[in-house]
Amino acid sequence: MNFLTSLADRDRVFDFLVPVDSPVDVRHGPILYLEDVTVSFDGFRAIDRLNLTIDDGELRCIIGPNGAGKTTMMDIITGKTRPDTGQVWFGSRHNLLTMNEPAIASLGIGRKFQKPTTFEALTVFENLELAMAADKRILPTLTARTTGEIRARIEEVMTTIGLVELRHRPAGILSHGQKQWLEIGMLLMQRPRLLLVDEPVAGMTEQEMERTAELLTGLAGQQSVVVVEHDMGFVRSIARTVTVLHQGSVLAEGSMNQVSMDPRVVEVYLGAEADEEVA
Amino acid sequence: MLASRSWLSRPLHERSTRLFLGVLIAALAVVSLLNLALPAGHPLHVSTYTVTLLGKYLCYALLAVAVDLVWGYLGILSLGHGAFFALGGYAMGMYLMRQIGDRGVYGDPVLPDFMVFLDWQSLPWYWHGFDMAWFALLTVLLAPGLLALVFGFLAFRSRVTGVYLSIITQALTFALMLAFFRNEMGFGGNNGLTDFKELLGFDLTADATRLWLFLATGMALALGYVLCRAIVASKLGRVCVATRDAEARTRFLGYRVERFQLFVFVVSAMLAGVAGALYVPQVGIINPGEFSPIFSIEIVLWVALGGRGTLYGAVIGALLVNYAKTVFTGVMPEAWLFALGGLFVLVTVLLPKGIAGLLAYRRPRRADPDPSTTPGEASA
Ligand SMILES: Nc1ncnc2c1ncn2[C@@H]1O[C@H](COP(=O)(O)OP(=O)(O)OP(=O)(O)O)[C@@H](O)[C@H]1O
Ligand SMILES: [Mg+2]
Repeated sequence: MNFLTSLADRDRVFDFLVPVDSPVDVRHGPILYLEDVTVSFDGFRAIDRLNLTIDDGELRCIIGPNGAGKTTMMDIITGKTRPDTGQVWFGSRHNLLTMNEPAIASLGIGRKFQKPTTFEALTVFENLELAMAADKRILPTLTARTTGEIRARIEEVMTTIGLVELRHRPAGILSHGQKQWLEIGMLLMQRPRLLLVDEPVAGMTEQEMERTAELLTGLAGQQSVVVVEHDMGFVRSIARTVTVLHQGSVLAEGSMNQVSMDPRVVEVYLGAEADEEVA
Repeated sequence: MLASRSWLSRPLHERSTRLFLGVLIAALAVVSLLNLALPAGHPLHVSTYTVTLLGKYLCYALLAVAVDLVWGYLGILSLGHGAFFALGGYAMGMYLMRQIGDRGVYGDPVLPDFMVFLDWQSLPWYWHGFDMAWFALLTVLLAPGLLALVFGFLAFRSRVTGVYLSIITQALTFALMLAFFRNEMGFGGNNGLTDFKELLGFDLTADATRLWLFLATGMALALGYVLCRAIVASKLGRVCVATRDAEARTRFLGYRVERFQLFVFVVSAMLAGVAGALYVPQVGIINPGEFSPIFSIEIVLWVALGGRGTLYGAVIGALLVNYAKTVFTGVMPEAWLFALGGLFVLVTVLLPKGIAGLLAYRRPRRADPDPSTTPGEASA
């Protein structure tokens, strides 16, 4: 427990200057491991004996009809919801069920919510600056200086999310898609090991979707990314491995082609989707 | 220490702050010159009466800056800042009372006149120490600061914000007004504290003292402005704006929002206290009227008229409205509140960003060096 509190402790001012030495231990297996997880809300099983494994550096898409339990699954991983039974491990060392939300976040699990919230009056640069891992107490914040290293890190993230040109514009004037990217950028500032992204392309234009696909595929490798998305075209364009969730458990898993040929998947999900696409 | 010096001096590299300080110092110099160098009969002569009146406006300007710091940047609409102003004023008033010594009407060497009048035998405990200037000055900061600390701690910890906070700040200042009206409180009741003679050994009726008080107020405004600018231009200032616009999100990023709110609220209350302390020797009286809820609302109107969230807008608003008030109450005093109300409606409809918004239109965008790039460049 001492070890955990020392992890949550943010005494080091410029965390990100230290070479990435996240305490996560992935030498002996996956970065995220869920086993037999079950959650009930008033008797209704939103998650039902769910098993899921994400490898280090993987980009995984999770699909499933409305109410399949996708968002609830993310709530469990980030410590927002406690499962009734099961195991949730981050690497082979950290049992996430023993940790609270801030501790899990500081271990390196970043989450993007369905609705983007950026600070509208602040510029792109300032939004990223505030999101950066740093000493967040009052006096250090008051006397904080934007050093060259900090600037370089922000530049790097702005390049990744494609907002370099808009660095000094307030976030309020950004398009919906740009706000989503900025929000992803704010997560990246904290150098997460695992990124959970809930419905990133909802409400985006075709072009913005393409940019988002590039962004997310570019992120994979350096960090593991789990994307929940409804848009089939989008999933097809980025997916390597797809997990289909249905009624709180895994229905199928594999490449997009394998999955879309699975008769059970076609029945519960892709069928309806395919009908729509034909129509 | 080096780091803290750099965040404080950061505003001195900003064009807008330099402009503000330049105009302020020039105005102080011109007024002093016109007061000292020209004979009383000269048409351009600025009388000592006017100097003191301007000094009073400058106190209000500092108070408005304090309110803009919490309202404009933190989104906390305090309708009780008059209380902090009055507390600073009372601390100064108590010092000035003790300076009177045996020159009061009753000639008691220790007890102020109103206590003799009430038949009190000895000084209440909380009046001790006020014969010492350093103690009084400390209290000018600490009394409003402590009140803001306790009040803010309770309010922000239980996440009271928005309209509810505004209402309880009104209640706070109203309650204090009622308390200070009571003779038993030992602050002179209804009449307050008055008949001051000297400050730090200087005769308060002397022209030179009045000019010095005016200049001191101008310097206090300059320093207060730079302090607020430094806060606003720091990363902490950006956390404030983030809190103002999306509190939950800011919390989610790992900032203890309620502590930031408390910190800025206390700083603002102390600035208001300083403004009150400079106000009292210039107007010669402090009474519970300064605690009145209406006064606190008026301060917010100055800031709204001048332009919220700019600091200099607050200064412009306070100066203009109070000048208008002086003129108006000279001509037809009954109509002042209506005029103020009408002005407010007009400005909110026609100039939602206040007078500062009008000025900003005329200036090219981003005349200021960008706040996010300056600090690094300044340190390089
Ligand atoms: N806090 C809660 N209390 C009660 N029921 C809940 C709660 N959270 C989720 N549920 C239920 O659990 C089920 C799974 O919800 P969840 O939000 O995880 O679905 P989802 O897969 O994200 O759906 P969508 O695609 O619509 O976002 C739903 O039936 C939902 O009503
Ligand atoms: Mg969902």
